[in-house]
Order: sequence, then C-alpha cells, then structure tokens
Amino acid sequence: MSPSATLSDLRARLSLQSPASHRPYGARLFDIPATGRGAAFSADALHEVYAASTRHGPAAEGFGLGLALQVPGTLVWIHEDKGRHEIGTLYGSGLREWGVGTDNLLMVRVSSTAALLAAGEEALRSEAPAAVLMSGWGQSKAFTLTASRRLAMAAAAGRTMAVFVRTGVQPQPSAAETRWSVQAARSGVLEAGAPGRPALKVSLLRSRAGLVSGEWIMEWDRDARSFVEPKTSGDLVSVSAHRSAGNRAA
Amino acid sequence: MDARGCELGLVPGLSLADAHARVPGLVVWPHDTSADGAFLDQLVRAFGRFTPMVARDDPCGLMLDVTGCAHLFGGEAGLMTAVGSLCGRLGLQSSCALARTPQGARALSRFGRPGTVVAGGEDRAVLRRLPVTALELPPAEEQALRRAGLKTLGDVDHRPRASMAARFGQDFSTRLDRILGLEDARITPVRAPAPVVADRMLVEPLITTEPLETVLGDLLADVAARLEARLSGARRFRLTIFRIDGQVRQVGLGVARPTRDVRSLQRLFRERLAALTTPVDPGFGIDHLRLEARHLHRLDPVQVDLDATSNGGEALDGLIDRLAVRLGPEAIRRVRPGNSHLPERASQWTPALQPETVDGFPWPEREPRSPPLRPLHLFDPPQPIEAIALAPDSPPARFRWRRIDHRVTRAEGPERIEAEWWRRPGHRVRDYYRVEDEEGRRFWLFRAGSYGADPPPRWYVHGLFA
Repeated sequence: MSPSATLSDLRARLSLQSPASHRPYGARLFDIPATGRGAAFSADALHEVYAASTRHGPAAEGFGLGLALQVPGTLVWIHEDKGRHEIGTLYGSGLREWGVGTDNLLMVRVSSTAALLAAGEEALRSEAPAAVLMSGWGQSKAFTLTASRRLAMAAAAGRTMAVFVRTGVQPQPSAAETRWSVQAARSGVLEAGAPGRPALKVSLLRSRAGLVSGEWIMEWDRDARSFVEPKTSGDLVSVSAHRSAGNRAA
Repeated sequence: MDARGCELGLVPGLSLADAHARVPGLVVWPHDTSADGAFLDQLVRAFGRFTPMVARDDPCGLMLDVTGCAHLFGGEAGLMTAVGSLCGRLGLQSSCALARTPQGARALSRFGRPGTVVAGGEDRAVLRRLPVTALELPPAEEQALRRAGLKTLGDVDHRPRASMAARFGQDFSTRLDRILGLEDARITPVRAPAPVVADRMLVEPLITTEPLETVLGDLLADVAARLEARLSGARRFRLTIFRIDGQVRQVGLGVARPTRDVRSLQRLFRERLAALTTPVDPGFGIDHLRLEARHLHRLDPVQVDLDATSNGGEALDGLIDRLAVRLGPEAIRRVRPGNSHLPERASQWTPALQPETVDGFPWPEREPRSPPLRPLHLFDPPQPIEAIALAPDSPPARFRWRRIDHRVTRAEGPERIEAEWWRRPGHRVRDYYRVEDEEGRRFWLFRAGSYGADPPPRWYVHGLFA
C-alpha cells in the first residue's frame, strides 16, 4: 500500500472515532469558556447535573440554569418542590437577578418524579421551548435508564436542550450526553470583603462525546450569560461607581 | 300536599294541633328552607336539558323559557310530556303549563288546570277564565275585588283599566297585563346562555363512557362550524352531561388562545376527562349532551402553508394548554414583578392561563458587573438562626443554623428593608446581609430589629444563593 493511501486510510479511521462523529447532522453546540474545551457541548441533548450533596442543591440549580441559558429563547422549568424544607423554593427575584429573561420563562410545578418526566418529555417534543430545565429531589424508581433515554431522544427529536438537575441522590448511569457534579466554591472578593460572582466547583463526570473528565472552578458572569474562569485571586474586581449596597428604591 | 295527604284530610295552612287531631301519630320535621333551596338549584340544572334559560320560580317552582326549543322535543305537546316524564323519574309531583308570558304560565300552573298548553294567540281568552287569586294579591285587596263582584280575571279585564289602577295601584295593572299575555317580561335565567351551543339528544342512552368521545367529536364539529361562521374562536368550553335520572355533570375547559380547532380541542377534552378526580359516571344512562362555547374573540381564517412549520407562539400556547389539562391550570406559572419592596412579595407567580394584565410594575434595575443580589432559593417562612455580630450593624462573623456552625468569610450589607407598616403594624425593620461561609455557600441573612431595642433583635436565614 502506498504511503498516501495508508495515510488517508488512517485519517478516515481516526475521523470515525472523533467526538463529533456520532452527532446528528446540524446539531447545535455551545461553549463553556471556563472549561477551555471550546464549543464541544451538544445543545440538542440531555445534560445531567448532580449536586455533590443536599446542601449544594442551589449551586447545582444555578449551574443547570446557566447551561439552559446558553440557548436563547423560551425556557420551560419543571420543578418538584419536595426539597423546600431543606433548601427552600425558587424565588422569582432571584431568577431575575441571575440573568433570566422573565418574559421567556415558564414554570411548571409537578408533584412526583413520574409527572416530572412526562411533562419534560411533552415539553421537549413540542419544539416550543429552546431549553427545558427539570429539577428533581431525591431518589426515585421512576428515573430508569429507559426514562433517561426517552428524554434524550425527545431532546434530539425536538431540537431542544434538556438539563436535569438532581439533588439528594448519587450520580447513576443514564443516557445523558454529559454528567456533571456541582458544589459551591469560594468566590472572588469585591470591595469591603463582599462576596463576588457566584463561584461553583464543577466536575465533568462523564461525556458520551468522549471528552476527558475534568474539574474546574467557574464563575457565573451575568452580563455575558456564561460560565467564565474566575479572576485570579488578589485582584479586587472593580465595581460600578453608582452601586449602593444600601437602600434600594422600591 | 300530595294525594295521600289529601286523603287523610290535611290541607296546607292547617295548624299543627289540628293536623295531629286528624292524623294521630303524625311525624313532624322542621322546614329546612336552605335544603329546599339547594334542591331547587339542582333541579334548575337538571331541567337545563330542555332549554338553556331556566330560572327559579319561588317558592317551589321553575320557569323555563322554551322559545325555539319545542321543535327539538316534537312540538309543544311533546315537550310537556318530556317534562312530565322527567318529573316522574325524579319523584316530583308537578303541574306544568305553557303560555306566552312567564306570569301567565305561573298563573295557569298554580291556579288553572295542570297540563294546559295555550295555543298561540289564545292567551287572553284562556287566562281570563282564571280566578282572581291568580293575581296573588294581598288578602285585603283580594277581598276588595270579591266584594266588588269581580271573581275571574275576565271580570277584572272588562273594567276600565284606569279606574282599577287608581284603586289598586299601577303595578296591579302591569301584573294583569303580563298574566293575560298583553305585556311580556323576560325571565332572568340563572346562567346566561352561551353564544354558541350545540346539543345532542341520544335515543339510546349511553351506559358506558367510551362512546362519549365520539358524540363529543360531533358536538365539537358543530360548534366549530358555528364559530367559523362567526369568524370567531372561543376560550372557554363547557360540556354538560345529562343523565336520565336527572343528575347533571359539567366538565369545563379553558384555553390560552381563542381556538376552533376540532382536533386539538378533542385532545384537550380527552385529557381533561381522563384527569378528572371523579370520573364521569353514566349511572343508568346518559341521554343528552350539550357543548357551550364562551368568551368569543375574533379569529380570522388562517391560510395553512403546504409545509407547515409551526409558529413558535402557538406551539408554546398549545404546550401550556396540554400541561394545564394534565396538571391543573395553577401548576403553570410565570414570574412577574410584585408591587412591594418586601422580599416575599417582590415577585409573584401568576398562572400562565390568565390573560396578561398590564400592571406596570417594573422590575428593579440590574446593576452591571454585579453579582446577583437576590438568592435563587427562598425560605417561607425565614428560618431562625443564632448569629454573632458586632453592634450596631456589622455583618455576622459566625452563625449557627440547624446545629451547624458557619464561619463567615465574605459579607456585604446591611441592606435595609422596611416593613410594610400599613399592612402589618409591628413587623420590624430588617437589615439584610449577603454572606459566604468557609465552604463557599452563600446565604441571605437578615436581622429583624436593632441592637439595643426591646425586644432584642433576631437573626434569620431567608434564602440561599447558588
């Protein structure tokens, strides 16, 4: 065999194994700058976010919300309120402060995991929202491998991003495109010792696309609507001169 | 008073002692007016099968406006028979009459021969034969009429109206005119009829619920055709199911966007019927179905493209409708700014199916290059904690929540939020702090009250940041 034939043969074999090969044609991708991986994450797939422990529930939800905001458009958030005694319930002003466009947000409250999965599938298949965020609490028999595969297929068919945030349960096998574990992290410091942007310690546990696992500390940049690398410590983040921590006008 | 009572010699108006004398061993109950009223309301719904315009005719009757409905039952005679047979099935003793005006019909049924159907144009002639008690005047006036030698309505009608009005008042004259059919006053039905109504009367009553969907499909096609003729769509649909034993069941449906699309409505109704807490029980049989459409809005016919790509707004509304049918309309919500600076009410959840009212409360401005100043999660009610802080308004250095100590490494505050003294006097002012502990978890704490005040201030955690 001539060298050029071997080379092209080798190239062909390598391209079959590359991460992008199994994606459906025309799949959208998004980037998480803090990971430094580039636009490598599929936006028409199911992503799972696990809270490292129950007390890190809000951190996991923040990460899930940030992922869902990577696709512009309507966001449908399906949530159980079972964890309200431990970590409280979703707060409208807080959603707005995180950077969500409240006109494009639809909240759906369900009372069981089975209803959560059914509503999620319905929303994904309808092609109406751009992203569907689901928050579940605790262990549930309803969340089987088959159920996760149905969600993944619905996400691909409806060309919608599905993000499933689970709190109070250990990561388990599923058909998700990526699986993350999230906990809170120390934030950068602003003037006068104020907490800086929300900082999260995020580990990529598994990626079906073959991306190497990793662990990053990332901060949510509300204005850019993405997760960025934290500013190096020691740098005081400059704040707008008109910002007042005192009374806010009604 | 029923037949058996008359046999025993009891008449209405008899005193209790006399009744006991005539019928020893008589069982007596006090008159429960509210239960009677409730029963009458139930009857109003059961008799809605004949006409959508039904009203109560106190103390113990119903008034049905059957204009234009008689042909559905085979003419006026057929209608009377149907009403009579429903009364029989319900175990009621009834006397019915049909006349041109409500007052005439009332007079005929109570004071005339039951079962009378007055042919068109003959009202005056037939009703003149009624006695003057049909006017239902106070006893003194009735006696005055009798003393004047006027025994029937015909006698009264014969007299010049002006002198009767002078003696007995103007509404005497109006009442007489209405009974005789010279003046028509419409009844006020209990529920105004819907603009678009379709009925199906089933010759063979349904004893299972499966064929219900087929009949519903026919009704929807009817209603959709009428809506299309009016170039309208409706936002509220109501299916009324009449059983042969007089029970009535109503199933309602609301949609976000006016529609007349039969397929989506059929699907929504199917989900609604499946999601009912008490499923539809056919009982001995369902023999009448009615579908009403309300809240009509203009809906022009839409040219459908050959390659129909879904319109985004419509697809979202369709999703909201389907989820609302399955989970209940209160489960689908949007976030809207509240009219308050108090954190619990700074934002509110409004059901997505309610039409948007432009209230005009804007969200507070989001500062650029600032972290979120409000937490993602809120506790209701705020959870008490123990905190150590330097007076008068330093952020806490440590706090203890749920028996776990947290050491504060970063903090910002105080942000003072006054209580709404006009709503709840006595609620204390709150100083809010954004704090972060050594693990990196961020909390929204507040101190209610100030140091040095009486009672001493208390600390709470109100929310958790991401």
